[in-house]
Amino acid sequence: MDTPFLVGGQTFRSRLMIGTGKYADPETMVRAIEATGADVVTVAVRRVDLDRRAEGSILRHLDPKRFFLLANTAGCYTADEAVRYARLAREAGFNDFVKLEVIGDQETLLPDVAGLLEAARILVAEGFKVLAYTNEDLITALRLEEAGCAAVMPLASPIGSGLGLLNPVSVRTIKRRLKVPVIVDAGVGTASDACVTMEQGVDGILMNTAVAAAQNPALMGHAMRLAVEAGRAAYLAGRMPRREVAVPSSPTEGMLD
Amino acid sequence: MTIVVNGSPRVVAEGATLLDVLGTLSLDPRAVVVEHNRRIVRRPALGEVRVAPGDAIELVQFVGGG
Repeated sequence: MDTPFLVGGQTFRSRLMIGTGKYADPETMVRAIEATGADVVTVAVRRVDLDRRAEGSILRHLDPKRFFLLANTAGCYTADEAVRYARLAREAGFNDFVKLEVIGDQETLLPDVAGLLEAARILVAEGFKVLAYTNEDLITALRLEEAGCAAVMPLASPIGSGLGLLNPVSVRTIKRRLKVPVIVDAGVGTASDACVTMEQGVDGILMNTAVAAAQNPALMGHAMRLAVEAGRAAYLAGRMPRREVAVPSSPTEGMLD
Repeated sequence: MTIVVNGSPRVVAEGATLLDVLGTLSLDPRAVVVEHNRRIVRRPALGEVRVAPGDAIELVQFVGGG
């Protein structure tokens, strides 16, 4: 009864997209990702460690035939830098999607919306499917849509903060006004946050730290899968109106004298 | 001659191609993306592009990220 989750011409099974950073080890990551049921996993582009101290490519642990690899431009602070990383990611040869991040501030990791729009326009012109990480500002979201982004990704709260959905009204407004998919990215801390976020009617959600930093990432991955499905179903079901007075659930007639 | 690979100086033979550079580092060309002086060089061309002293090479791959 739900509509397909369609982004940039590609249909995905799960509305939950999952990051691959910050896991204790690759086995923990793989188990957690499998528990989420996600088919889209995000990856970052970094220098090969020529001294071989680091783990190496993530592709040793994730089968690109099984997962849709969504490269990000995390860590980029200018439009030029983000465009450079996006081009390198595309050259790896998996797809032309990019999760575009242009960060404006090291403490909050909030987006630089001017740089974001500039990079989005360049990448769209080069044929990229741009999923733009942005704040929960309607006007920026509208401009990103006009720029041709395949999806707009407002934050729930700052990256890695686990504070949950701080501004549901703005996220709902963005969802109501945009035609492209709205995927909330960043800030979810636990399953209830994911559920509440999906109840706003957004098309999907992307998270990393909430699963990776849980005491038991695989179990949290499972919880997130249920929460996203529950939140989506509740949104589609249409919640009852809120009332500030009680309304009895049982008949008031037929009471004993 | 000396070139700069991922920010560090490396000595390679005169006339070396990008494919040779990957070979000296024991890297599989299918596993990395190569940027040569800020220009991406596609895999089929790696054996044709020669490096010159002072060239900047970036070798990148996908790692875990959110």
